Amino acid sequence: MIEINACGLSCPEPVVMLAKALKDKPEEAVICVDAPAACENCTRFATNAGYSVEKTTQDNKTVLTCRIKR
Amino acid sequence: MTEKKFLIFTGLIIGVISVALTVYGNPANMGFCIACFIRDTAGSLKLHSAPIVQYMRPEIIGLVLGAALSALIRREFTPKGGSSPLLRFVIGFFVMLGALVFLGCPFRMILRLAGGDLNALTAVIGFIAGIGAGVFFLKRGFSLNRAYPQSKVEGLAFSILQIVFLIVFAAVPTLLVFSTSGPGSMHAPFLLSLAAGLVVGFFAQKSRLCMAGGIRDLFLFKDITLLSGFVAIFVAALIANLAVGQFHLSFEGQPVAHTQHLWNFLGMSVVGFGSVLLGGCPLRQLILSGEGNTDSAMTILGFAAGAAFAHNFSLASSGAGATTGGKISVIVALVILTLIAFFGTFKKGENK
Repeated sequence: MIEINACGLSCPEPVVMLAKALKDKPEEAVICVDAPAACENCTRFATNAGYSVEKTTQDNKTVLTCRIKR
Repeated sequence: MTEKKFLIFTGLIIGVISVALTVYGNPANMGFCIACFIRDTAGSLKLHSAPIVQYMRPEIIGLVLGAALSALIRREFTPKGGSSPLLRFVIGFFVMLGALVFLGCPFRMILRLAGGDLNALTAVIGFIAGIGAGVFFLKRGFSLNRAYPQSKVEGLAFSILQIVFLIVFAAVPTLLVFSTSGPGSMHAPFLLSLAAGLVVGFFAQKSRLCMAGGIRDLFLFKDITLLSGFVAIFVAALIANLAVGQFHLSFEGQPVAHTQHLWNFLGMSVVGFGSVLLGGCPLRQLILSGEGNTDSAMTILGFAAGAAFAHNFSLASSGAGATTGGKISVIVALVILTLIAFFGTFKKGENK
Protein backbone atom coordinates (compact mmCIF):
# COMPACT_ATOMS: atom_id res chain seq x y z
CA MET A 1 0.00 0.00 0.00
CA ILE A 2 1.23 3.49 -0.84
CA GLU A 3 1.25 6.04 1.97
CA ILE A 4 1.81 9.76 1.36
CA ASN A 5 2.21 12.46 3.96
CA ALA A 6 1.22 15.73 2.31
CA CYS A 7 0.54 17.68 5.51
CA GLY A 8 1.78 21.27 5.46
CA LEU A 9 2.44 21.29 1.72
CA SER A 10 0.83 24.06 -0.27
CA CYS A 11 -1.36 23.69 -3.33
CA PRO A 12 -1.04 21.76 -5.63
CA GLU A 13 1.81 19.66 -4.21
CA PRO A 14 -0.48 17.14 -2.46
CA VAL A 15 -2.38 16.43 -5.70
CA VAL A 16 0.85 16.21 -7.69
CA MET A 17 2.12 13.60 -5.20
CA LEU A 18 -1.16 11.68 -5.36
CA ALA A 19 -1.18 11.84 -9.16
CA LYS A 20 2.30 10.33 -9.27
CA ALA A 21 1.27 7.60 -6.83
CA LEU A 22 -1.86 6.66 -8.78
CA LYS A 23 -0.11 6.63 -12.15
CA ASP A 24 0.58 2.89 -12.02
CA LYS A 25 -2.96 2.16 -10.85
CA PRO A 26 -2.20 0.68 -7.41
CA GLU A 27 -5.05 -1.11 -5.59
CA GLU A 28 -4.91 1.34 -2.70
CA ALA A 29 -3.20 4.60 -1.75
CA VAL A 30 -3.48 6.59 1.47
CA ILE A 31 -2.74 10.32 1.61
CA CYS A 32 -2.75 12.55 4.68
CA VAL A 33 -3.58 16.24 4.12
CA ASP A 34 -4.25 19.17 6.45
CA ALA A 35 -5.69 21.82 4.11
CA PRO A 36 -9.33 21.77 3.04
CA ALA A 37 -8.40 22.77 -0.52
CA ALA A 38 -5.89 19.89 -0.72
CA CYS A 39 -8.53 17.50 0.60
CA GLU A 40 -11.04 18.55 -2.07
CA ASN A 41 -8.46 18.54 -4.86
CA CYS A 42 -7.17 15.08 -3.96
CA THR A 43 -10.68 13.68 -3.64
CA ARG A 44 -11.60 15.09 -7.04
CA PHE A 45 -8.45 13.80 -8.66
CA ALA A 46 -8.77 10.28 -7.23
CA THR A 47 -12.46 10.08 -8.15
CA ASN A 48 -11.73 11.16 -11.72
CA ALA A 49 -8.91 8.58 -11.86
CA GLY A 50 -11.38 5.80 -11.04
CA TYR A 51 -10.90 5.46 -7.28
CA SER A 52 -13.36 5.46 -4.41
CA VAL A 53 -12.31 7.80 -1.61
CA GLU A 54 -12.92 7.29 2.10
CA LYS A 55 -12.25 10.19 4.47
CA THR A 56 -11.37 10.18 8.15
CA THR A 57 -10.66 13.47 9.89
CA GLN A 58 -8.88 14.00 13.19
CA ASP A 59 -7.33 17.21 14.60
CA ASN A 60 -7.43 19.18 11.33
CA LYS A 61 -5.79 16.29 9.49
CA THR A 62 -7.69 14.25 6.94
CA VAL A 63 -6.65 10.81 5.80
CA LEU A 64 -7.98 9.91 2.37
CA THR A 65 -8.00 6.25 1.51
CA CYS A 66 -8.25 5.75 -2.24
CA ARG A 67 -9.28 2.30 -3.50
CA ILE A 68 -9.49 1.38 -7.15
CA LYS A 69 -13.05 0.82 -8.35
CA ARG A 70 -13.77 -2.58 -9.81
CA MET B 1 -24.25 22.40 -4.92
CA THR B 2 -21.21 20.76 -6.52
CA GLU B 3 -17.78 22.38 -6.29
CA LYS B 4 -17.86 23.49 -9.89
CA LYS B 5 -21.36 24.93 -9.67
CA PHE B 6 -20.44 26.84 -6.53
CA LEU B 7 -17.30 28.18 -8.22
CA ILE B 8 -19.34 29.37 -11.20
CA PHE B 9 -21.89 30.94 -8.84
CA THR B 10 -19.04 32.68 -6.95
CA GLY B 11 -17.42 33.84 -10.19
CA LEU B 12 -20.72 35.31 -11.43
CA ILE B 13 -21.29 37.20 -8.16
CA ILE B 14 -17.71 38.51 -8.17
CA GLY B 15 -17.94 39.63 -11.79
CA VAL B 16 -21.10 41.65 -11.10
CA ILE B 17 -19.76 43.15 -7.84
CA SER B 18 -16.55 44.16 -9.64
CA VAL B 19 -18.42 46.13 -12.28
CA ALA B 20 -20.74 47.63 -9.64
CA LEU B 21 -17.70 49.00 -7.78
CA THR B 22 -16.53 50.80 -10.92
CA VAL B 23 -20.03 52.25 -11.42
CA TYR B 24 -19.87 53.59 -7.85
CA GLY B 25 -16.46 55.20 -8.21
CA ASN B 26 -13.56 52.75 -8.53
CA PRO B 27 -11.21 53.35 -11.49
CA ALA B 28 -12.38 51.80 -14.77
CA ASN B 29 -11.83 48.04 -15.11
CA MET B 30 -10.63 48.12 -11.51
CA GLY B 31 -13.54 46.86 -9.46
CA PHE B 32 -10.89 44.72 -7.88
CA CYS B 33 -7.15 44.65 -8.41
CA ILE B 34 -5.21 43.00 -5.63
CA ALA B 35 -1.88 44.41 -6.84
CA CYS B 36 -3.18 47.96 -7.37
CA PHE B 37 -5.11 47.97 -4.09
CA ILE B 38 -2.17 46.75 -2.00
CA ARG B 39 -0.08 49.38 -3.79
CA ASP B 40 -2.65 52.08 -2.96
CA THR B 41 -2.76 50.92 0.67
CA ALA B 42 1.06 50.99 0.84
CA GLY B 43 0.87 54.55 -0.47
CA SER B 44 -1.70 55.63 2.11
CA LEU B 45 0.66 54.27 4.79
CA LYS B 46 3.46 56.41 3.27
CA LEU B 47 5.52 53.38 2.26
CA HIS B 48 5.75 55.19 -1.08
CA SER B 49 4.77 58.71 -2.00
CA ALA B 50 3.44 58.51 -5.56
CA PRO B 51 0.67 61.12 -5.12
CA ILE B 52 -1.86 59.54 -7.51
CA VAL B 53 -1.95 56.05 -5.98
CA GLN B 54 -2.50 56.50 -2.24
CA TYR B 55 -5.70 55.20 -0.65
CA MET B 56 -6.36 52.60 1.98
CA ARG B 57 -8.57 50.25 -0.03
CA PRO B 58 -11.36 48.82 2.16
CA GLU B 59 -11.73 45.98 -0.36
CA ILE B 60 -8.44 44.46 0.83
CA ILE B 61 -9.47 44.69 4.48
CA GLY B 62 -12.83 43.12 3.58
CA LEU B 63 -11.28 40.29 1.58
CA VAL B 64 -9.09 39.16 4.47
CA LEU B 65 -11.81 39.55 7.10
CA GLY B 66 -14.48 37.93 4.89
CA ALA B 67 -12.20 34.94 4.36
CA ALA B 68 -11.41 34.78 8.09
CA LEU B 69 -15.12 34.86 8.93
CA SER B 70 -15.92 32.11 6.44
CA ALA B 71 -13.00 29.99 7.68
CA LEU B 72 -14.07 30.41 11.32
CA ILE B 73 -17.70 29.52 10.56
CA ARG B 74 -16.68 26.50 8.51
CA ARG B 75 -14.10 25.39 11.10
CA GLU B 76 -11.35 25.77 8.53
CA PHE B 77 -9.36 28.39 10.41
CA THR B 78 -5.97 26.69 10.82
CA PRO B 79 -2.99 28.80 11.92
CA LYS B 80 0.10 27.50 10.17
CA GLY B 81 3.33 28.70 8.63
CA GLY B 82 7.02 28.12 8.27
CA SER B 83 7.07 27.02 4.63
CA SER B 84 9.99 29.16 3.37
CA PRO B 85 8.54 32.47 4.61
CA LEU B 86 11.44 34.61 3.38
CA LEU B 87 11.41 33.03 -0.09
CA ARG B 88 7.67 33.63 -0.22
CA PHE B 89 8.28 37.28 0.70
CA VAL B 90 10.82 37.53 -2.15
CA ILE B 91 8.51 35.83 -4.66
CA GLY B 92 5.67 38.12 -3.54
CA PHE B 93 7.95 41.13 -4.01
CA PHE B 94 8.74 40.18 -7.62
CA VAL B 95 5.17 39.16 -8.45
CA MET B 96 4.15 42.70 -7.46
CA LEU B 97 6.83 44.23 -9.71
CA GLY B 98 5.56 42.11 -12.63
CA ALA B 99 1.94 43.07 -11.91
CA LEU B 100 2.78 46.79 -11.79
CA VAL B 101 4.61 46.62 -15.12
CA PHE B 102 1.43 45.18 -16.66
CA LEU B 103 -0.78 47.35 -14.40
CA GLY B 104 -2.91 44.70 -12.79
CA CYS B 105 -3.05 41.37 -11.00
CA PRO B 106 -4.66 38.32 -12.65
CA PHE B 107 -8.03 39.42 -11.23
CA ARG B 108 -7.80 42.84 -12.93
CA MET B 109 -6.47 41.18 -16.07
CA ILE B 110 -9.82 39.38 -16.41
CA LEU B 111 -11.73 42.57 -15.59
CA ARG B 112 -9.70 44.52 -18.18
CA LEU B 113 -10.49 41.88 -20.77
CA ALA B 114 -14.18 42.02 -19.81
CA GLY B 115 -14.06 45.79 -20.34
CA GLY B 116 -12.74 45.33 -23.89
CA ASP B 117 -9.09 46.14 -23.10
CA LEU B 118 -7.30 44.00 -25.69
CA ASN B 119 -3.90 44.66 -24.07
CA ALA B 120 -5.01 42.17 -21.43
CA LEU B 121 -5.01 39.49 -24.14
CA THR B 122 -1.23 39.56 -24.51
CA ALA B 123 -1.08 39.57 -20.72
CA VAL B 124 -3.26 36.43 -20.56
CA ILE B 125 -0.85 34.69 -22.94
CA GLY B 126 2.08 35.80 -20.77
CA PHE B 127 0.23 34.63 -17.65
CA ILE B 128 -0.33 31.20 -19.23
CA ALA B 129 3.35 31.01 -20.26
CA GLY B 130 4.43 31.88 -16.71
CA ILE B 131 2.11 29.24 -15.28
CA GLY B 132 3.56 26.76 -17.78
CA ALA B 133 7.04 27.53 -16.46
CA GLY B 134 5.85 26.99 -12.88
CA VAL B 135 4.15 23.72 -13.82
CA PHE B 136 7.41 22.51 -15.42
CA PHE B 137 9.09 22.73 -12.02
CA LEU B 138 6.05 21.46 -10.07
CA LYS B 139 5.97 18.29 -12.14
CA ARG B 140 9.62 17.73 -11.25
CA GLY B 141 8.95 18.09 -7.56
CA PHE B 142 9.21 21.81 -6.77
CA SER B 143 8.38 22.57 -3.15
CA LEU B 144 8.76 25.43 -0.70
CA ASN B 145 8.67 22.75 2.00
CA ARG B 146 6.15 22.11 4.73
CA ALA B 147 4.22 24.51 6.90
CA TYR B 148 3.57 23.58 10.53
CA PRO B 149 0.78 24.39 12.99
CA GLN B 150 1.15 27.72 14.79
CA SER B 151 -0.60 29.52 17.63
CA LYS B 152 -4.04 31.12 17.21
CA VAL B 153 -2.49 34.53 17.93
CA GLU B 154 -0.05 34.15 15.05
CA GLY B 155 -2.80 32.90 12.72
CA LEU B 156 -5.08 35.80 13.65
CA ALA B 157 -2.39 38.50 13.57
CA PHE B 158 -2.89 39.47 9.95
CA SER B 159 -6.67 39.70 10.33
CA ILE B 160 -6.19 41.81 13.49
CA LEU B 161 -3.93 44.13 11.49
CA GLN B 162 -6.82 44.59 9.04
CA ILE B 163 -9.14 45.49 11.92
CA VAL B 164 -6.56 48.05 13.10
CA PHE B 165 -6.48 49.52 9.57
CA LEU B 166 -10.27 49.66 9.60
CA ILE B 167 -10.32 51.51 12.93
CA VAL B 168 -7.62 53.96 11.81
CA PHE B 169 -9.48 54.60 8.54
CA ALA B 170 -12.78 55.22 10.36
CA ALA B 171 -11.50 57.07 13.44
CA VAL B 172 -8.30 58.92 12.51
CA PRO B 173 -8.08 59.06 8.71
CA THR B 174 -5.75 62.08 9.03
CA LEU B 175 -2.95 59.62 9.86
CA LEU B 176 -3.25 58.27 6.32
CA VAL B 177 -2.56 59.84 2.95
CA PHE B 178 -5.34 59.98 0.36
CA SER B 179 -4.77 60.89 -3.28
CA THR B 180 -6.64 63.93 -4.51
CA SER B 181 -6.17 63.07 -8.19
CA GLY B 182 -5.48 59.97 -10.30
CA PRO B 183 -6.62 56.38 -9.70
CA GLY B 184 -6.02 56.64 -5.95
CA SER B 185 -8.66 59.37 -5.69
CA MET B 186 -11.26 57.24 -7.47
CA HIS B 187 -13.10 54.90 -5.18
CA ALA B 188 -16.52 53.59 -4.33
CA PRO B 189 -18.00 54.71 -0.96
CA PHE B 190 -16.13 53.24 2.03
CA LEU B 191 -18.93 50.97 3.28
CA LEU B 192 -19.71 49.66 -0.20
CA SER B 193 -16.04 48.81 -0.83
CA LEU B 194 -15.76 47.13 2.55
CA ALA B 195 -18.96 45.13 2.03
CA ALA B 196 -17.85 44.08 -1.46
CA GLY B 197 -14.54 42.85 -0.05
CA LEU B 198 -16.29 40.95 2.74
CA VAL B 199 -18.70 39.20 0.36
CA VAL B 200 -16.03 38.32 -2.18
CA GLY B 201 -13.64 37.15 0.56
CA PHE B 202 -16.36 35.01 2.11
CA PHE B 203 -17.29 33.28 -1.15
CA ALA B 204 -13.73 33.00 -2.41
CA GLN B 205 -12.73 31.19 0.80
CA LYS B 206 -15.50 28.64 0.47
CA SER B 207 -15.02 28.10 -3.27
CA ARG B 208 -11.14 28.11 -3.24
CA LEU B 209 -11.29 30.45 -6.23
CA CYS B 210 -7.84 31.04 -7.71
CA MET B 211 -6.94 32.77 -10.94
CA ALA B 212 -3.63 30.93 -11.37
CA GLY B 213 -4.90 27.59 -10.10
CA GLY B 214 -7.43 27.21 -12.91
CA ILE B 215 -4.87 27.31 -15.70
CA ARG B 216 -2.36 25.35 -13.60
CA ASP B 217 -4.82 22.49 -13.01
CA LEU B 218 -5.65 22.43 -16.70
CA PHE B 219 -1.94 21.96 -17.48
CA LEU B 220 -1.35 19.47 -14.69
CA PHE B 221 -4.48 17.33 -14.57
CA LYS B 222 -6.69 18.46 -17.48
CA ASP B 223 -9.11 19.57 -14.75
CA ILE B 224 -11.28 22.62 -15.45
CA THR B 225 -12.97 22.98 -12.04
CA LEU B 226 -11.00 26.02 -10.84
CA LEU B 227 -10.90 27.49 -14.33
CA SER B 228 -14.70 27.63 -14.35
CA GLY B 229 -14.62 30.35 -11.64
CA PHE B 230 -12.15 32.40 -13.67
CA VAL B 231 -14.34 32.13 -16.78
CA ALA B 232 -17.50 32.95 -14.81
CA ILE B 233 -15.97 36.23 -13.55
CA PHE B 234 -15.15 37.15 -17.14
CA VAL B 235 -18.62 36.33 -18.47
CA ALA B 236 -20.46 38.15 -15.66
CA ALA B 237 -18.23 41.23 -15.84
CA LEU B 238 -18.51 41.30 -19.63
CA ILE B 239 -22.33 41.21 -19.53
CA ALA B 240 -22.44 43.79 -16.71
CA ASN B 241 -20.04 46.10 -18.59
CA LEU B 242 -22.15 45.82 -21.74
CA ALA B 243 -25.29 46.55 -19.70
CA VAL B 244 -23.89 49.75 -18.16
CA GLY B 245 -22.11 50.90 -21.32
CA GLN B 246 -18.59 50.38 -20.01
CA PHE B 247 -17.40 48.01 -22.73
CA HIS B 248 -14.90 49.62 -25.12
CA LEU B 249 -13.07 47.24 -27.42
CA SER B 250 -9.59 48.54 -28.31
CA PHE B 251 -5.88 48.47 -27.61
CA GLU B 252 -5.50 52.26 -27.48
CA GLY B 253 -6.89 54.62 -24.87
CA GLN B 254 -7.73 52.04 -22.21
CA PRO B 255 -7.88 53.23 -18.60
CA VAL B 256 -4.83 52.58 -16.39
CA ALA B 257 -3.20 50.50 -19.15
CA HIS B 258 -0.48 50.74 -21.79
CA THR B 259 0.00 49.14 -25.19
CA GLN B 260 3.55 47.76 -24.91
CA HIS B 261 2.69 44.16 -25.65
CA LEU B 262 6.09 42.68 -24.85
CA TRP B 263 6.05 44.18 -21.35
CA ASN B 264 2.42 43.26 -20.75
CA PHE B 265 3.36 39.72 -21.74
CA LEU B 266 6.53 39.54 -19.63
CA GLY B 267 5.00 41.34 -16.64
CA MET B 268 2.17 38.83 -16.41
CA SER B 269 4.48 35.87 -17.05
CA VAL B 270 6.30 36.90 -13.87
CA VAL B 271 2.94 36.94 -12.06
CA GLY B 272 1.92 33.53 -13.46
CA PHE B 273 5.25 31.91 -12.67
CA GLY B 274 5.42 33.39 -9.17
CA SER B 275 1.80 32.53 -8.40
CA VAL B 276 2.36 28.87 -9.22
CA LEU B 277 5.47 28.77 -7.01
CA LEU B 278 3.45 30.39 -4.20
CA GLY B 279 0.56 27.97 -4.68
CA GLY B 280 -1.97 30.64 -5.59
CA CYS B 281 -2.65 34.02 -7.16
CA PRO B 282 -2.56 37.29 -5.16
CA LEU B 283 -6.30 37.03 -4.36
CA ARG B 284 -5.83 33.50 -3.06
CA GLN B 285 -2.94 34.69 -0.84
CA LEU B 286 -5.27 37.23 0.79
CA ILE B 287 -7.88 34.52 1.36
CA LEU B 288 -5.32 32.09 2.81
CA SER B 289 -3.99 34.81 5.14
CA GLY B 290 -7.54 35.12 6.52
CA GLU B 291 -7.61 31.34 7.05
CA GLY B 292 -4.59 31.70 9.34
CA ASN B 293 -1.84 30.93 6.83
CA THR B 294 1.05 33.15 7.96
CA ASP B 295 3.17 32.19 4.94
CA SER B 296 0.54 33.88 2.79
CA ALA B 297 0.62 36.88 5.15
CA MET B 298 4.40 37.07 4.58
CA THR B 299 3.74 36.92 0.83
CA ILE B 300 1.35 39.88 1.14
CA LEU B 301 4.00 41.84 3.06
CA GLY B 302 6.28 41.00 0.10
CA PHE B 303 3.59 42.40 -2.25
CA ALA B 304 3.46 45.61 -0.19
CA ALA B 305 7.27 45.95 -0.15
CA GLY B 306 7.37 45.31 -3.91
CA ALA B 307 4.70 47.97 -4.48
CA ALA B 308 6.62 50.50 -2.37
CA PHE B 309 9.85 49.81 -4.28
CA ALA B 310 8.01 49.94 -7.60
CA HIS B 311 6.89 53.51 -6.93
CA ASN B 312 9.93 54.72 -4.99
CA PHE B 313 12.24 53.67 -7.83
CA SER B 314 9.98 54.29 -10.86
CA LEU B 315 9.58 50.62 -11.73
CA ALA B 316 5.77 50.76 -12.14
CA SER B 317 4.35 51.46 -15.58
CA SER B 318 2.02 54.32 -16.41
CA GLY B 319 -0.38 54.89 -19.27
CA ALA B 320 2.70 55.91 -21.29
CA GLY B 321 4.21 52.45 -20.92
CA ALA B 322 6.84 50.55 -18.98
CA THR B 323 9.82 52.43 -17.54
CA THR B 324 13.44 51.40 -18.12
CA GLY B 325 13.67 50.38 -14.46
CA GLY B 326 10.43 48.41 -14.81
CA LYS B 327 11.76 46.52 -17.83
CA ILE B 328 14.98 45.65 -16.00
CA SER B 329 13.03 44.58 -12.91
CA VAL B 330 10.88 42.19 -14.94
CA ILE B 331 13.97 40.51 -16.39
CA VAL B 332 15.55 40.33 -12.92
CA ALA B 333 12.29 38.89 -11.57
CA LEU B 334 12.26 36.13 -14.21
CA VAL B 335 15.87 35.23 -13.37
CA ILE B 336 15.25 35.21 -9.59
CA LEU B 337 12.05 33.17 -9.90
CA THR B 338 13.83 30.66 -12.15
CA LEU B 339 16.64 30.33 -9.60
CA ILE B 340 14.18 29.84 -6.72
CA ALA B 341 12.27 27.27 -8.78
CA PHE B 342 15.47 25.48 -9.77
CA PHE B 343 16.83 25.24 -6.24
CA GLY B 344 13.38 24.33 -4.86
CA THR B 345 13.16 21.48 -7.36
CA PHE B 346 16.62 20.02 -7.75
CA LYS B 347 18.61 21.16 -4.72
CA LYS B 348 16.10 21.17 -1.90
CA GLY B 349 17.03 20.22 1.63
CA GLU B 350 15.72 17.24 3.54
CA ASN B 351 12.87 19.09 5.19
CA LYS B 352 10.34 16.61 3.78
